[in-house]
Amino acid sequence: MNSSPPAGRAEASSPVASWWLLGPGLLWMGLLFVVPLSLVLVISFAERGTYGGIVWSFSLTNYLDLLHPLYARILGQSVLLAAVTTVLCLIMGFPLAYYIARTTPRRQGILLLLVMIPFWTNFLVRTYAWMFILRTEGLLNTLLLKLGMITAPIELLYSNTAVVIGLVYGYLPFMVLPLFVALEQVDRTLVEAAWDLYATRWAVLWRIIVPLARPGIIAGCLLVFIPSLGAFLTPDLLGGARSMMVGNLIQHEFLVARDWPLGAAISCLLMLFVMGMMRWLLHAASSRPRQEDAS
Amino acid sequence: MKQAGGWLWRVSLANLFFLYGPIALLILFSFNASRLSATWQGWTWQWYRALWVNQSLLDATANSLRVATVSTVLALFLGVGLAVGLDSLSGRRQRQIEQSLLLPLVIPEVMMGVSLLLFFVLLQIPLSLITVMMGHALFNVPVVVIIVRARLKKLDPRLMEAAADLGATYWNTLRHVTIPLLRPAILGAGLMAFTISLDDFIVTYFTAGPGATTLPLKVYSMIKSGMSPEINALSALFVIVSMGLIGLSLLLQRR
Repeated sequence: MNSSPPAGRAEASSPVASWWLLGPGLLWMGLLFVVPLSLVLVISFAERGTYGGIVWSFSLTNYLDLLHPLYARILGQSVLLAAVTTVLCLIMGFPLAYYIARTTPRRQGILLLLVMIPFWTNFLVRTYAWMFILRTEGLLNTLLLKLGMITAPIELLYSNTAVVIGLVYGYLPFMVLPLFVALEQVDRTLVEAAWDLYATRWAVLWRIIVPLARPGIIAGCLLVFIPSLGAFLTPDLLGGARSMMVGNLIQHEFLVARDWPLGAAISCLLMLFVMGMMRWLLHAASSRPRQEDAS
Repeated sequence: MKQAGGWLWRVSLANLFFLYGPIALLILFSFNASRLSATWQGWTWQWYRALWVNQSLLDATANSLRVATVSTVLALFLGVGLAVGLDSLSGRRQRQIEQSLLLPLVIPEVMMGVSLLLFFVLLQIPLSLITVMMGHALFNVPVVVIIVRARLKKLDPRLMEAAADLGATYWNTLRHVTIPLLRPAILGAGLMAFTISLDDFIVTYFTAGPGATTLPLKVYSMIKSGMSPEINALSALFVIVSMGLIGLSLLLQRR
């Protein structure tokens, strides 16, 4: 009886105390994340001054400007490059994730560590490694020339191909990790039952594994697609003059052309796209995958 | 899927080769004696020695370390507070805050850089190392929250209840029970935040003023002005250091 807690003292003080803990962090994120992004939204409706400043007004000029074929081409190309990157990551990452999910716990730990380490390692340097390999006097050309497979160096760097290689290289771990989480949860007995019922390898993959791993597949695809779409460094270093992506366009408008309202409008469009995809992800991942009849 | 086992293993190896091959080649060729060509001409340390005497590089390194230290301490202070504070909120509000904290990690980094640039310029805060530190503390708070909360969820709630039963106040429980139990996660999160800050290019690129050159900014300008073996050596060092720090952080989080 005596040992009962002192009349909920801890209970009563914890909600107040927790706001003291949360307050500084929430304030910080509000000030440096919410406010700046709102400013981008506001500026996107303003107009550019004659000397590059901002003229406060309300107009849709910037958004209408985005319909110009030049911008539309860059936007379309970004979506295309990001989509190709996503598909390649899925094709490459799925077998790896499946292997990690099915191997011994010891190996699993090591392999996960090996996948995660590059994901946190300097992106700039990893992109540079590809410049070193792909450039005209680079490793690949030197090797191919030595082997006599080509007679003159081929132009590999500064192309869309190089950009896609760089993006796949950068974002492959984003695909493997969620896929692994989803595939690890797939009930092995279901797979075995399918084998027992003489399902073919493809049937097991498409009718059992893929539907059950759907949330992981969607998450992985979005985690690759979103940063690829907004990539700046990869197209900047590996892409040529014609491989400009949205991220480069935003940087160009802000730092080179000094047309901040237009840059802000492009940013808002990108943000809208990203938010839309995220909502779709949360929706798709929470709705249960349709259970098809296995018979 | 027994039949497919060998095939899966080979594809997995190919993936790992793809992830590590370019870095390994870069490190190998940073020891190449030849200045320009990509053919092997023997071992040398000279590109590494050249780095030591390059004053602007040493300055950039000092700047990077300063930014990483300050932003990590700040992110830990704010992030641990958020992680622990979230624990005593009700389910729905907790989930809302947790989910919105993920946003900074998901939106394209260019957006974050541009919005901070706009914010600082409109508020007439001059761009300097301080604005870079603020930017880094922004993207590192969610990282700290995620790592610390993962650990918090695994803690035995009875330990905190026992402390309260013994008359400890909320703050005392936090100081003497919760925080000590979280120490490996806090250390792991700190190392992670430190490394991300050292590595960051994009947010730094938009928020750094003249004279506030960090190491990635320096590497970028070196790459843009032409290839040189010194960049290979610098990159190799960079990769080795950040891989080491990250490996350590992941090991700490796993405990």
